[in-house]
Amino acid sequence: MALNIIVCIKQVPDPEHFDKISIDTRTGSIQREGILSITNPLDRNAIEEALRKKEEFGGTVTVLTMGPPQAKKSIEDALAMGADKGVILCDMAFAGADTLSTARVLSVGIRSLGDFDLIFCGNETVDGATGHVAAQLAEFLDIPHVTFARRINIVDEETAMVERSIENGYLKVEVKLPAVISVLKSINKYRLPTVMGIMEAAGKEIVELGCSVCESAGITEGEIGIRGSPTKVLEIFEPPQRREVEMIEGKPEEIARRIVKRLHELEAL
Amino acid sequence: MKDVMVWVEQRDNRLMDVSLEMLQKATELAAVLKENVSAVLIGNECKDLADELILYGASKVFLIEDSRLQLYQSGPYVRITADIISEVSPEIVLIGGTSIGMDIASRVAATLRTGLTSHCVDLYIEKIEGKDQLVHIVPGWKGNMMLKIICPEHRPQMATVRPGVMEKGEPDHSLRGEIVSINPDIRDGDFKAKTLEMVHEEVEGISLDDADIIVSGGYGLYSAGGFKLIEELADAINGEVAGTRPAFDQGWIPENRMIGQSGKMVRPRLFVSIGASGAMHYTTGFSKANVIVGIDRNPKAAIFNVSDLGVVGDLEKIVPCLIEELKK
Ligand SMILES: Cc1cc2nc3c(=O)[nH]c(=O)nc-3n(C[C@H](O)[C@H](O)[C@H](O)COP(=O)(O)OP(=O)(O)OC[C@H]3O[C@@H](n4cnc5c(N)ncnc54)[C@H](O)[C@@H]3O)c2cc1C
Ligand SMILES: Nc1ncnc2c1ncn2[C@@H]1O[C@H](COP(=O)(O)O)[C@@H](O)[C@H]1O
Repeated sequence: MALNIIVCIKQVPDPEHFDKISIDTRTGSIQREGILSITNPLDRNAIEEALRKKEEFGGTVTVLTMGPPQAKKSIEDALAMGADKGVILCDMAFAGADTLSTARVLSVGIRSLGDFDLIFCGNETVDGATGHVAAQLAEFLDIPHVTFARRINIVDEETAMVERSIENGYLKVEVKLPAVISVLKSINKYRLPTVMGIMEAAGKEIVELGCSVCESAGITEGEIGIRGSPTKVLEIFEPPQRREVEMIEGKPEEIARRIVKRLHELEAL
Repeated sequence: MKDVMVWVEQRDNRLMDVSLEMLQKATELAAVLKENVSAVLIGNECKDLADELILYGASKVFLIEDSRLQLYQSGPYVRITADIISEVSPEIVLIGGTSIGMDIASRVAATLRTGLTSHCVDLYIEKIEGKDQLVHIVPGWKGNMMLKIICPEHRPQMATVRPGVMEKGEPDHSLRGEIVSINPDIRDGDFKAKTLEMVHEEVEGISLDDADIIVSGGYGLYSAGGFKLIEELADAINGEVAGTRPAFDQGWIPENRMIGQSGKMVRPRLFVSIGASGAMHYTTGFSKANVIVGIDRNPKAAIFNVSDLGVVGDLEKIVPCLIEELKK
């Protein structure tokens, strides 16, 4: 049995640098200068899971992203972890996509790649955190999906058993392949690229796909990017201060005494 | 009809609280739009739950019962829900943002090719270019930014809201409504992803939902080598331990103790936040606490915008004194 696995990955701003991001409240645009980008952490767990399944059953791992040209860096990192092939869907026409339009474009890219057994995604991204894309991608591909996966066992060529987390427990789900599965952090500990991996990655193929892949699939410009996105961001704002804060100053012992006193007065203790 | 519809979630034949919270919000939105509230309930032998939904404001409940639908089955649940929405054409569909609610919402929105937002902290109606729109307020990815999102052209407008963000109403026994039983047309092909079993797992300690006092730590505990100080303070003050996402990432707290948009929403009597900068994603998790104390060494930390009492200083100096003082 050999498994063809596709992993959807997204490049995101590094959460460590979120404080450095500012918004121009007049134009509503985001200042991202100096902000490093990383591969969405959960997507690395998705890559790891794919690599482990490949190690167990054989097959290929293809990583796919839709993003700006610099998102190629995330593909290269995945190749250095051990993925076999990379695909980047990159076109100005894809810009400004919400999750529906992202899922649509990803589905078109995936269809153009031929047969596959599994698609892995992260359960959510750190910048969008919507957790929509996996299930929506499955809808466009007309295949089943499982989200919140914390364990995946491949039973045979047609079946996987998934432990799918819910609040205070999990569901045991039997899913027919091909399927889209999105993974949680607890599913594995992802590996870091090795020097050998980085060297080997240089020889691996990265395919670039543009808008024409949509045209040949009969998808119009009105269905992709910002125009194909039902949701619109009207405004970005910083909400005003919500409580009047009383600052407590002094030496640590004094502060401690005064806090406890104030908490008693406020009937919080 | 231009209903405000709620997709209701049951587990083990009990309504999830978040669904009642959504019904309350739906009732408010419907009042502005002068429309009705409807609900979709899928399960097995759960008519009594449908009756309950009426007391919480649903004037019509679409009830789908089948022994194969006892547990969440994404295939048929999605198709049945999407079919009802297509038939009824509601203006708005609200779904409680549990791990299951998130799953069904995403796929239903894609089936209907409409817009969906998640983790909303506020929802209201605003007239924009002459048309009543549902405004979705969601925290953006940077700590203190909020996004105002609408779905101008597509219907229904769909949103999920995390448990505990909105308040549920009181049951009103004078309310009357209609229960519309629908015979599901279930096909074998619907169960390509088949839930075989629901397994419950025990959670340790008192649930944060019931805690009166919560002591929560952030990444600022790094130099102190972890959560020992937080645990000691929690002991001294008789509170429960919680933390930020980085605290969870560091392995200092289990996931069910993480506060915020992607974690728990709590409303204790007292919330003490230590060494956490106060990102919106985190602070929305406890904004309804009675009293909030913020301790951070950075005087500009956003935590002070949401605190009642604030202390600027080194937690390694202040927390031990606080523990001493409480022990007196
Ligand atoms: C979509 C999305 C969803 C998210 N959901 C959540 C969520 O649900 N919950 C959550 O918590 N986060 C969430 N986050 C992350 C969130 O944006 C912040 O990054 C996170 O809350 C910051 O955690 P922190 O305050 O512990 O760390 P930091 O921001 O690093 O803050 C550490 C603080 O400790 C202080 N400090 C350091 N040393 C000391 C010392 N010795 N004494 C006193 N103070 C000290 C520093 O001044 C600083 O203010 C989410 C992010 C995104 C993008
Ligand atoms: N632009 C993208 N390119 C490739 N995969 C994506 C993209 N956006 C989202 N995904 C995948 O979908 C998952 C969930 O994303 P989201 O719904 O945005 O939280 C991510 O973890 C990725 O696996």
